[in-house]
Amino acid sequence: MRRRLTALLLLVAFAFAAVSAQEAMPDTTGPPLPAPPTNVRVSDKPDDTGHGVIVGWDLSADDGAGLDNVLAYEVYRSDAADGEYVKRGIAVKGATEYEDKDDSPMKNGEPNPGFIETGKTYFYKVRAMAAGSTYSEYSEPGSGQAVENWFHVGKVPILFGVIIFWAIVVYFIFHARKGKEFYVRPLAGINAVDDAIGRATEMGRPILFVLGTGTAGDIATIAGFTILSRVAKLTAEYQTPVLVPVNDPVMFAVSQETVRTAYLEAGRPDSYDPDNITYETAMQFPYVAAVNGIMLRRKTATNFYMGVFHAESLILAETGNIAGSIQISGTDQISQLPFFIAATDYTLIGEELYAASAYLSKEPILVGTLKAQDWGKAVLMVILVLGVVLISLAIPIIKDMVTVNL
Amino acid sequence: MRKQIPIYFVLVSGIVMIIQYFVPSEESEWLFTYANDWVIVIGIYALPLGIYSLVKAEFKKLKNPGEAFYAGVLLFGYFIMVFTGLTRASREAASLHMVLFNNILIPIQATIFSLLAFYIASAAYRAFRARTILATILLLTAFIIMIRLIPLGPLSELNQWLVTKILTIPNMAAKRAITMGVGLGVIATCIKIILGIERTYLGHD
Repeated sequence: MRRRLTALLLLVAFAFAAVSAQEAMPDTTGPPLPAPPTNVRVSDKPDDTGHGVIVGWDLSADDGAGLDNVLAYEVYRSDAADGEYVKRGIAVKGATEYEDKDDSPMKNGEPNPGFIETGKTYFYKVRAMAAGSTYSEYSEPGSGQAVENWFHVGKVPILFGVIIFWAIVVYFIFHARKGKEFYVRPLAGINAVDDAIGRATEMGRPILFVLGTGTAGDIATIAGFTILSRVAKLTAEYQTPVLVPVNDPVMFAVSQETVRTAYLEAGRPDSYDPDNITYETAMQFPYVAAVNGIMLRRKTATNFYMGVFHAESLILAETGNIAGSIQISGTDQISQLPFFIAATDYTLIGEELYAASAYLSKEPILVGTLKAQDWGKAVLMVILVLGVVLISLAIPIIKDMVTVNL
Repeated sequence: MRKQIPIYFVLVSGIVMIIQYFVPSEESEWLFTYANDWVIVIGIYALPLGIYSLVKAEFKKLKNPGEAFYAGVLLFGYFIMVFTGLTRASREAASLHMVLFNNILIPIQATIFSLLAFYIASAAYRAFRARTILATILLLTAFIIMIRLIPLGPLSELNQWLVTKILTIPNMAAKRAITMGVGLGVIATCIKIILGIERTYLGHD
């Protein structure tokens, strides 16, 4: 009995030892582990507010070579070299960089652990991932800081473009001031303005000027104000009322001031009626209903559409067409241009909207800026043709010069 | 003098905002947000002017028999929406304010938007009349583009290839040309405003 008990105890002890030994031994039956990536380095992310870094590494020996079993890389971050590392993201196989950025110090009302502080040193480790959720060892850590940048290097081509264009504009303004006259090609839409206002005068009907559904801050709306000024001056001379329904309170105030000034300059301040400039609504389609109502009830002889337009462009233009008005339109919204071209009598396409003010005023300085625009286009065309030729010959010099990295 | 101060203000603001575009720092981002917030603030201050104009114009129209009915409907709707929207409870879905908004205003807006479908048809009819060579080319191109969604058997592949070529080569070239022109026009207009050459929007001295 005693022998049997001893034998049983020995058997249990042996079994325990065997299980413990099995736990301690590495699993040699699973897939082989990939080699870790090496040479982890951390650099500041350029052209940002100072809350981003770029983590770089050399590929694992088993990425595209060796065992070729790497599927992705996991990037970990810590505040200290031997601190706790937290996973920040994954980069695909073959990638040697990961961009870690986070500029929100708070998240859901609590401090954001992912936030990257400017000037603070962060440590990064990277490990390779293979099939079956197996991982390589971690790489050696690399460290770096996020730095606040004071100049956007990626925007240098834009800066050069703007400087060159400014120089061309200033050159032509200078020559215009000295009295040089410039030839500008005629625009049918602009030439028709006088006739359209004359027609309204003969018919004894008002003119409608629509500034679109943009805001007072849109450049196309500002161009619309300058055209409104010239048109209002002509209507003041012809003694024809100009109706300006707007959809924005700021545009309303600016429109009133623009038309009032035009009437003063025309020597007809007594003819100015502030009630002809009306605020309708800020909502798109109620505004359309209001303007359409004006067209049909007041039987406007001439309609101008100058500014930013969206889906309402065709509804307005077709209603004006039904009302039998002469219509002149202009917008820089490419998606709305086909509608205006189809439904109105004359259309100022894109840049012509910005040129209209100079055409109407005939002021030498404004015409000078127009000439500068033409020269700007010529320079662009030369760059385009040169770029196409050189890139076809596998010389990317122009492409590199004009590429913008935002 | 009344005009000089705004011109100097525009000059300084314009140059500062140009510099801001090329400076990616946190302070620069803050300045950009701050300037844009001011646009909203100015808009809020101008809103009473707009409302005053609207109400005044509509009251004036009440005296005109041809426009009195529409003006009456507008003023009635305006005051109903103002009074029902004064309480905090008006934001709830079951409130009279929201019921009127969701069941009258939204369907009316949708109705006006849906008019676009009919207007596209009538505008397309006029645009596609083959009276000149250019109009005929436009008609043919539009026809090719429109039938791309119709199954044409073995011709579908050829049509799809043709549509892709039309959209990615001549169409894209024209769009880019317009975009470049617009870009130059925008810069030229900005220069004119910043340098005070274009000042019609400022009003009279």
